[in-house]
This record gives sequence, structure tokens and C-alpha cells, in this order.
Amino acid sequence: MSVRDWDAETGRGIVRALKHLEGALLPILHAIQDEFGYVDEAAVPIIADELSLSRAEVHGVMSFYHDFRKHAPGQHIVKICRAEACQSVGGRDSEAHAKDRLNTDFHETSADGRYTLEPVYCLGNCACGPSAMIDGKLYGRVTPRRLNQLVDALEGRR
Amino acid sequence: MITVYVPCDASAVSLGADEVARAIQAEADRSKTEIKIIRNGSRGLFWLEPMVEVATPQGRIAYGPIGEDDVAGLFAAGFLQGGAHALRRGNPEEIPYLKNQERLTFARCGVIDPLSIEDYIAHGGYQGLTNALKMQLADIVAAVTESGLRGRGGAGFPTGIKWKTVLATPADQKYIVCNADEGDSGTFADRMLMEGDPFLLIEGMTIAGLAVGATKGYVYIRSEYPISFAQMQRAIEVANAKGYLGDNVRGSGKAFQLELRLGAGAYICGEETSLLDSLEGKRGMVRAKPPLPAISGLFGKPTVINNVLSLAAVPTILDKGAAFYKDYGMGRSRGTMPLQLAGNIKRGGLVEKGFGLTLRQVIEEFGGGTASGRPIRAVQVGGPLGAYFPASLLDTPIDYEAMAAQKGMLGHGGIVVFDDSVDMAQQARFAFEFCATESCGKCTPCRIGSTRGVEVIDRIVAGEERDRNFIVLDDLCETLLDGSLCALGGLTPFPVQSALKHFPEDFHRAPRKTARAAE
Repeated sequence: MSVRDWDAETGRGIVRALKHLEGALLPILHAIQDEFGYVDEAAVPIIADELSLSRAEVHGVMSFYHDFRKHAPGQHIVKICRAEACQSVGGRDSEAHAKDRLNTDFHETSADGRYTLEPVYCLGNCACGPSAMIDGKLYGRVTPRRLNQLVDALEGRR
Repeated sequence: MITVYVPCDASAVSLGADEVARAIQAEADRSKTEIKIIRNGSRGLFWLEPMVEVATPQGRIAYGPIGEDDVAGLFAAGFLQGGAHALRRGNPEEIPYLKNQERLTFARCGVIDPLSIEDYIAHGGYQGLTNALKMQLADIVAAVTESGLRGRGGAGFPTGIKWKTVLATPADQKYIVCNADEGDSGTFADRMLMEGDPFLLIEGMTIAGLAVGATKGYVYIRSEYPISFAQMQRAIEVANAKGYLGDNVRGSGKAFQLELRLGAGAYICGEETSLLDSLEGKRGMVRAKPPLPAISGLFGKPTVINNVLSLAAVPTILDKGAAFYKDYGMGRSRGTMPLQLAGNIKRGGLVEKGFGLTLRQVIEEFGGGTASGRPIRAVQVGGPLGAYFPASLLDTPIDYEAMAAQKGMLGHGGIVVFDDSVDMAQQARFAFEFCATESCGKCTPCRIGSTRGVEVIDRIVAGEERDRNFIVLDDLCETLLDGSLCALGGLTPFPVQSALKHFPEDFHRAPRKTARAAE
């Protein structure tokens, strides 16, 4: 997961490169988050200016969608599926274990800045649950034991 | 040169397919054997994934489930020549799970190289478009209407009627929008198709554009599907380069441009009007209907908005004829339905069959019962807004009307199996919790009612004035059913009321605190 400090010049460049698209706001927000790891508050007036929207409109769109983060995430983003198919194979245990092992709660980042934990409602891996996504990569059959192995591997790579 | 197939499908990858592909290449390099690895889609036999296939002179031979650690052993067993091994599954098409299906939409998925347009054409691809290019626009629409195809996203609205309205509405610009925001838990057919046979969706959308006079199409793919997005992007580039998309499709003088858009984690954007607002760069708020999207859709223009599976069914209809497609199915549910067998199931995967087989046939004959080996207690059909069926109702046929008669719905075809460890009061609570999380907030029953629903169930479970709270819950469900703007609020009562009706004992146990209330 690449995270870097907000930089207005790069931000405006991203907006200008995409503003010609029909309904450009979502592609722009995605591109900014891809670049910086989150959408800095300072991006909002720039986007509003370039797209001739009010800041409230940009903020409204950004806050509507679960994907867009207002703050820099931890070094690793762990998403745990909370939906029914995963529940039927012990997903609730994996959920609780993830909070415990990563020492954080949903929508939060661990105090050491290592892990951001996010709930997700279905990763489309419903015959191979419980499912998790770690730094954009999908994993199936993520029992508490498997989650430990995956987190251990991340710790090893530190 | 021996061809080896290792799926690129997200589920296969989630179980280690990328690592297996790398290990196979490394082992081949070590033994100086020339192989070609094709990253195919999945056949949808997920308990066998990662399922590796080898093209031998006797046909394809499958091995699975293969882990990275099995690769050296496979080479030692001579798997490149189809050698014997404990994980050898023989000809994949003879595996009963696959053999007993009626695959039309998924006929190529897992078979071909998904990014090879030549492979797609060699397996019957683009026949539908070739035929459509010779037809009158109204005749293309008529073929789709006659096939009986109904929206596979969930609502089951006749696809041909939508198309007819768009065709009949004059405008300077019309759009084809593909709803690939497959958010229902228990579903993955759209994902499998986009990863395993992306040209089929592109062909279906191109035919739709041709039929109604739309020159621009969008595919709205959820952000939870990064592999689908990348695969579709590459396929669109290939189709553009080969003249199957662009300003002059197949030399017909007709234009059709296709663009992808990424969702942003909002379930509600699977609702068609909310998806359109999202595509326009707005909050994904549900629109009141009328006007119908077919008359005033994306940017206020006439828009065909269909699910991936609806659009992907179209090439078959134009290739083999409306009558061929209509021949499958029962009653008013015509054609085939790609069902998705998920949750606590021994053999989970994709089962495409004509409508009319029963839930029990799918779950027991194909699925082999629960993965845990414990008795089946509840089956949720049609995603998070679908009803929970008790074991006693498993003989219900899979058909739009038969499901509705049981106060359920087929939805997008997801079937999630639960064993007897499930607590149905928790499941009912989750239905409300999910609705509260994903509500767009436009209408009050959904926005407020969902949160009130969580609270009422917590009180019932905690043993507070149960009889009075059951009355409140009934009333709340009626309000959501009758007063919500779209299916999210309007159908959330389905899982709740079915849990109450079929599993009342779970709401009458000794008082306890729910997970959230205990915190």
C-alpha cells in the first residue's frame, strides 16, 4: 500500500488529467486515493474548483462511499468480509480474531500505525469463505489460524 | 510445447493459483520442459480450485485442488502427459457437477484463454453479433423479447421490454450501462464471467448498443473486484484493436465505445438508478421512478441498464435463436440461470441450469450438503435481501414465481447454506444492520427503520417485553415493505420475516445479549 504526503501540485495534475471524463468525480477520487493512500481534505477545494462544483458537493460524494478515506491508512489494509456466506463458515470468529490480532477495530488503525482494519460486505469469494483482502490481494478460507499465518508473513517482511 | 491451464479467477487466486502458476513454470524451467501457461477462467468447481488442466492428446486432464507444494509431485507423476496422481480428476467435462449442467452463458468460461479474441471466436464467439449486424434493429429487440430473457440482476424484468422502450425513444445520445456491481453475498457469477469470458459481455453490450442505437457503453464494476476490472480493461483494449469496438464495429459503419468505471464500496449502487447517479459522479442516491431509465437514464438520456448475466445471455440468443434459449426453463422463467452455491456447502460453485430444478437438487445433488457435515438448517436465496428457507421448503422450484410464492426471491441466483449452528435471530438482526450500513438515506423507512430494526431485535433477544416488541417489529417490517423507495428498504423485511416465521424458536430463547449490545 503506497501512502505519501499530500502534495497539491500532484493532486491538481491528477484532477486535470481526468476532468474531461463524463461523471469524472469518482475516477478522480479513486486516482487521488491510489496515489496518496487517502483523499486529503485539501484535495476537496481543488477538485471543486476544477469541476465547477461546490466543496459541499465534493465532500458529499466523498463521504457517501465506503472506499474513500479521509486519513492516511496504516502500512497494511486488512479487509474482512462480514457478509452472510462468510458468516455461515465461521466469519464472525475471523472478524473477532482480526480485531484481536491486529489490535484495532473496524474503521480504525492500530496504534503502531501498522494495520488498518475495514469491514467489507462481500468479496465475491462466497464458496471459499471466510474471505479477506490484504493490501488488495484476495484470500479464501481465512480461519483465525490462516489469518495468523498471513499476518506473520507481513511481520516477517517488515 | 505443452499447454497448461491455471485459472486467473479471483477465487482460484484466493486459494493460491498465482503461486501454483509460478511453481509450475519454475519446475518446467528446471526440467527444461517447454510449456505454455494459459490463465483461464474458472469452471466454477470451487472445491477443486486451484484446478490445473493439461492439454494432452487425449483431451484436457484436470488436477485439483493443487497447492504450491503439490507441483513437484505432479511433475514426478508425469502430469504433463496426464499421468496418474491422487489429485487427478480426469476430463473436467466428465465431472458430474459440470456434466449435469446446461451451460449456455458459461459454456466457454474456464475453457478458453479469456484474453484471446481468436480463442473466443473459435469457440463460437461473435456469431451473435455477426447475425445482429444483418438484422433490422426492431428484429434484434424482438428476438430478445421472444427469448423470454428476464433481468438476471434480481428484479426479473423482461429485458426485451427495456430495450424496446429505449429503441422507441428518440435522442441524440443513448447509453448501454452494464450493472457489474455484484454486491449480494453468495453471488460471484458476474465476477467469474468478467474474469473468464470477458468478450461475451463485450459482445452482449455491443449487440445491445446496435439494437437500440446507443453508441456508448459503460460497465460499472465494484471496487471489490480488482481482477475483473483489470481483465475487462485488457479485453476492451483487444476488442478495440481488432475492430470489435470503436468507431466502425466490424466495418458496419456503426460506432460502439465501451468504458469501465469503478464503484467505491456502496452496495446501493447495484440498484439501477443509484448506479446511474454514481456514474454521473454523484452520491449513489436512489431516484424515484418514473421516469424510467429507459426514457431518462444516464445524464438524462435513454439508457439500457442490464446486469452482466442478462447482457451475456444475449449473444447466445442472437446466435442460436430465441426459440433455442426459450426452450430451457419453466413457466414464465425461460432460459438458463447461473446459480451460485455458496456458504457452508461441500461443493460450492457455479451451476448453470434451465429454471425449474429444486433448491434441494442444487444443494444436495450438486453441492453434496454442508461443508461441516452437520444438518442444513437454513438457506438464504437471493442475497442479503432474500428470504431464509427452512430445510422443509427445499423442494421449492427455482423459478421467479415459485420463489415469490414463498415470500422469497431468486434475485441474482445466490444460494447460501447454513448448518444447524446458525442463530436466526442474529441473521435477522444482521439484515437490518446491513440495511442501516448501506442505506442511501433518501427515504425514511430504510434510513431510520433499519436502525430501529436492529434495536427492536436486540430487545427481543434480551427478553424485554417480547410480545409487544414482536408487534413493533411486524409494524416496522410492513412500513419498510410498503414505504421504501427501492428494494434495499423494501426487501430487508424478507430475511427478517422469514427468520421469524420459520425459526421462531430462535427468538424465544432465554434472554441474552447480542454481540453489539454486549460491547
